[in-house]
Amino acid sequence: MRFSEIKAHLGKFRIGIAGAGGLGSNCAVALARSGIGTLVISDFDTVEPANLNRQYFFTNQVGMMKTVALKESLLRINPDTVVIAHTEKLSSDNIPVIFAACDVVVEAFDSDKMKEMIVETIQIKMPGIPLIIGSGVAGWGKNETIRCRKIDDTLYVCGDESTTADAELPPMAPRVGIVANMQANMVIEILMKKTRDYFHV
Amino acid sequence: MKILLNDREESFDRETLTVSEMLKLKKFSFRMRIIKINGVLISGEDYDSVVIHEGDVVHMLYLMSGG
Repeated sequence: MRFSEIKAHLGKFRIGIAGAGGLGSNCAVALARSGIGTLVISDFDTVEPANLNRQYFFTNQVGMMKTVALKESLLRINPDTVVIAHTEKLSSDNIPVIFAACDVVVEAFDSDKMKEMIVETIQIKMPGIPLIIGSGVAGWGKNETIRCRKIDDTLYVCGDESTTADAELPPMAPRVGIVANMQANMVIEILMKKTRDYFHV
Repeated sequence: MKILLNDREESFDRETLTVSEMLKLKKFSFRMRIIKINGVLISGEDYDSVVIHEGDVVHMLYLMSGG
């Protein structure tokens, strides 16, 4: 299949990205480059200098809302992608509203508690919607431990499922980027199997 | 009984087990986890009451901070 055909197909879909940090920003870039029609991105944080070791932001964007900065970059990459930015903190109450009509949702939080919250929320309140989580991205090396595991049609996990980020084992660009791109790759695999041919309003 | 745990067959010397008993027998002590049995998400507060039966398909995954 030619890229023009792939892009035309992916342009029909809407993807939710919960968080615009290391996982979310890099995953969004891969999806925009691939031609996803609409990206719904939610994050309440601003860009800080410490984020630049792995997150898709630039020095002149420090201090900006992450969603605003990311939208600016995504539209420079692919102006055809519609980017809908939300800046409220995500919760079990607003996730079904913010990500309504999304075909797939990508979990891109930092904290394990938030990861647990979104798995429970999407599984219970948005049944049937595939969620792709990132778990285990910290440190460097150990390429062979990073994987993507399908639990079932509604839940996928990318990462090593064993490393926890802390001061002595920080998240860094290569492993975070690998997992973010693995999540994007899984989104595309799911969408390429869908044959739906209508456009989102 | 035999169950499928993360796509691998596991045998237990019991006819049924609660989720909590299974976690204890397998020495799974890490607490940030998601468990699904036959496709249904099991909430942490139900681990003592939900029972695993012969042939059940159990999935468990760990949630690690970092992103």
